[in-house]
Amino acid sequence: MSILKVENLSINFGGVTALAEVSFTMEQGQIYSLIGPNGAGKTTVFNCITRIYKPTKGTIEFGGYNVLKMAPHRIAELGIARTFQNIELFSNMTVMENLLLARHRLKKSNFLTEMMYLPSVKRQEVLWRKIVEEIIDFLDLHPYREANVMNLPYGIRKLVELGRALALEPKLLLLDEPSSGMNPEEKEDLGITIKDIQRYLRISVLMVEHDMNLVMQISDRVCALNYGRVLIEGLPEEIQRNNEVIQAYLGEENGSIA
Amino acid sequence: MRFKMRRNYEDDVALFKWKSTFLFYSFLFLILITLPLFSNSYIIYILNLIGIYTIVSLGLQILTGYTGLISLGHVAFFAIGAYSSAYLTSTLKLSFWVSLPISGMITCVIGFIVGIPALRMRGLYLAIATMAFSFIIEQIILQWEGVTNGVRGITLTRPTLGLISFRSDYVYYYLILSIALLLTMGIRNLLRSPMGRALIAIRDSEIAAQVMGIHLGRYKIIAFGMSAFYTGIAGCLFGHFMKYIGPENFTLLDSIGFIVMILIGGLGTLQGAVLGSVFVTFLPEFIRLIKDFFPSIIKEQSGIQPLVYALILIFFIIYEPHGIYGRWLKLKFYFEMFPYYKKDTFRRERKFYKSERSR
Amino acid sequence: MIIQEVLGGLTLGSIYALVALGFVLIYKTTEVINFAQGEFMTLGAFISFSLITSIKLNILLAIPITLILTFIFGILLDRLLLRKLVGEEAFALVMVTIGISIGMRSLIGMIWTYDTLSFPQIFSKNPIRMLGIITTPLQIGIIATTIAAVALLYIFFKYTRVGIAMQATAQNQLGSYLMGVNVERIFGLVWGISCMAAAIAGILLAPIIFLNHNMGFIGIKAFPAAIIGGFGSIPGAVVGGLILGVSESMAGIYLPTGFKDVFASLILLIVLMIRPGGIFGIQEKKRV
Repeated sequence: MSILKVENLSINFGGVTALAEVSFTMEQGQIYSLIGPNGAGKTTVFNCITRIYKPTKGTIEFGGYNVLKMAPHRIAELGIARTFQNIELFSNMTVMENLLLARHRLKKSNFLTEMMYLPSVKRQEVLWRKIVEEIIDFLDLHPYREANVMNLPYGIRKLVELGRALALEPKLLLLDEPSSGMNPEEKEDLGITIKDIQRYLRISVLMVEHDMNLVMQISDRVCALNYGRVLIEGLPEEIQRNNEVIQAYLGEENGSIA
Repeated sequence: MRFKMRRNYEDDVALFKWKSTFLFYSFLFLILITLPLFSNSYIIYILNLIGIYTIVSLGLQILTGYTGLISLGHVAFFAIGAYSSAYLTSTLKLSFWVSLPISGMITCVIGFIVGIPALRMRGLYLAIATMAFSFIIEQIILQWEGVTNGVRGITLTRPTLGLISFRSDYVYYYLILSIALLLTMGIRNLLRSPMGRALIAIRDSEIAAQVMGIHLGRYKIIAFGMSAFYTGIAGCLFGHFMKYIGPENFTLLDSIGFIVMILIGGLGTLQGAVLGSVFVTFLPEFIRLIKDFFPSIIKEQSGIQPLVYALILIFFIIYEPHGIYGRWLKLKFYFEMFPYYKKDTFRRERKFYKSERSR
Repeated sequence: MIIQEVLGGLTLGSIYALVALGFVLIYKTTEVINFAQGEFMTLGAFISFSLITSIKLNILLAIPITLILTFIFGILLDRLLLRKLVGEEAFALVMVTIGISIGMRSLIGMIWTYDTLSFPQIFSKNPIRMLGIITTPLQIGIIATTIAAVALLYIFFKYTRVGIAMQATAQNQLGSYLMGVNVERIFGLVWGISCMAAAIAGILLAPIIFLNHNMGFIGIKAFPAAIIGGFGSIPGAVVGGLILGVSESMAGIYLPTGFKDVFASLILLIVLMIRPGGIFGIQEKKRV
């Protein structure tokens, strides 16, 4: 059952065509990667899905819902969470508070009950903290729990962003270049973590990535973009051997990537 | 170094993290309750004013400190609260206890209304727009003679509750104190709950907040409404305290004074709101007291007060941007980290090339 | 008849234009919203007043000297205060300028006086007839001076090296740094020039509304003027100022009392609601 269906997605910025007729389908439970050189439009696809941009043409369907008809804040309700290329954490809050915030859409309190801090509000807080603890366990963020996000190193902040996306209890997780800035060991850990997310948390993952090793190791399917168009879509091995993709990345050289 | 050993989740969400904090605030509470016994009429007058301005600070802190929406025209809400109550009690002859919540609600609704166009405005444009809004309110006060009595102003009376009369400043103090405490608790609770965090999230990153499912528009309007409500209540209390209000009480300089309160106290903190209002209310008196130590050239000037005000403001922004409470936190941190404290711990990050225009 | 009102409006509008011009100049280059622009105006007016009345200088000498002094003041202000705040949040900078405005107001009151003074007439107020309309040399003088000042500035920006460097700095600080532009010096110059423009406005305005340490309040009108014209556009600021002046004048006549004073605020709110970037301005969005 397809969880995400992108069809003929197109968007123009002024005179620049960022996306042209991009189409791909993602099945539930898959790890799906979008690859392509810089400026190919991968993050733009994400931004269209999360309604930061408004596409000029095309449709995006998620679990039967027409995403393009929804306001940006409803995307989380649908069950889509994302991380950002340049980390959009809430810098003046602690890791804990960032994670707690992701559960916002599931809240049952309103501001009157909160101002009075009724027992129901307290119970909700305690329950949320239990759940968030599990995510902290999962990502090994224990030492940073009460740290102010502003002061943390880059790699940890990436993890926190991932944790925050998970705390939302999404059905689909959009990861924008999750491995950028990581060393090889951290990338291996990341690969395992994403695989665990797929297997144990049963979350589908749509990933924009540059690291071909990572992509080839964990992806179920890959879609390669260049200049806003889909070059080819298929199994990782097929993409790896495809000439057009190689050209897009490396120029006219022969040989395979990774 | 102190370390908090938490044994269960309830500890995590408790109101006071350390026992010492709890003791401190209990002690503070005791002092506040018994203060009138040690004050002369002058001091109690100041205390009442501090209480009123603290409520304004809290309101402004919700909007500007926590949600990040800058308001340079907050005196408008203050005025609306005051004049609403004046009209309701003096003209419509309603009881103070009815007009207090109603003025709050009227101001709150106007806050909502103001919030709606404000959604489209970014950062400093919003600040200027709020300033324009307060000018318009100023004019309305002058022109709508039927309700506001124009330049002549309105006289108000102190309320009574059963056998208790609030005519004395000493008794009125307790009214203000209880309302201020209630409202402070309200915000404190809000801030450790989802909605309070949502407001801070909007301040820190609107895009990420949306992605988390926070409806920007709704929350910004709520922030405006709440902030207006608090300020309106303060305005009502102010009117009945001073027993007279006129357009000269509600000028741009007052709006700026409110912002200065939360800036000097500490932007984004409750303690900062209180400290700021104490500081700014005390300032004129303080200046008057130390004037005698200066040569007569300086002493004679009537304009010395705004000048000192301005100098302090500039000083704080350059050297102490986190306000008084910020300095206190740094001090605490120093002692907690001793002897591992590093001088550059709080060095500000230099943002040379970050353009506001592409924020 | 209408022409009369329009002329009156243009006169006031020219003054708004001058203040708004300096204001937008500072914003475009340094991203600071200068709340003290009105006080720069007051300063210029008071300085020239002293030069003319106390030192008994000839007007033709006093005005250039005032301009030089205010220019230096602008540079000093930048050097001493604003330099310390490079890279701070916009909110902090705004509050500093508010502080400067309050401080300047008191200082001017302290150094000169809190009373209202009458400024010597540079242009006479006697009505004359020109091209079939009744006007005063004062009105013509103000409009002409403004045109001259704007024209001079235009030439300065377009054809001198410093002017072009200023434009570059306004558009791209980092790029200008890399091209060898002394960005810090440009900042100082920008403040100096804006101060000068405000001073001219002050000297023109003082005969009309009398000299008083609070007269800088008019400077707040620079905001709606600048916003109408789009916050980043200097020609826009000038046009905005003129539009504002004329509409205010019209409002004073055709709308009930009280509207004239808040007209600027109303226009500001309406423009911001419809087009937050101003009429000429550009909208930018954060890239994620």
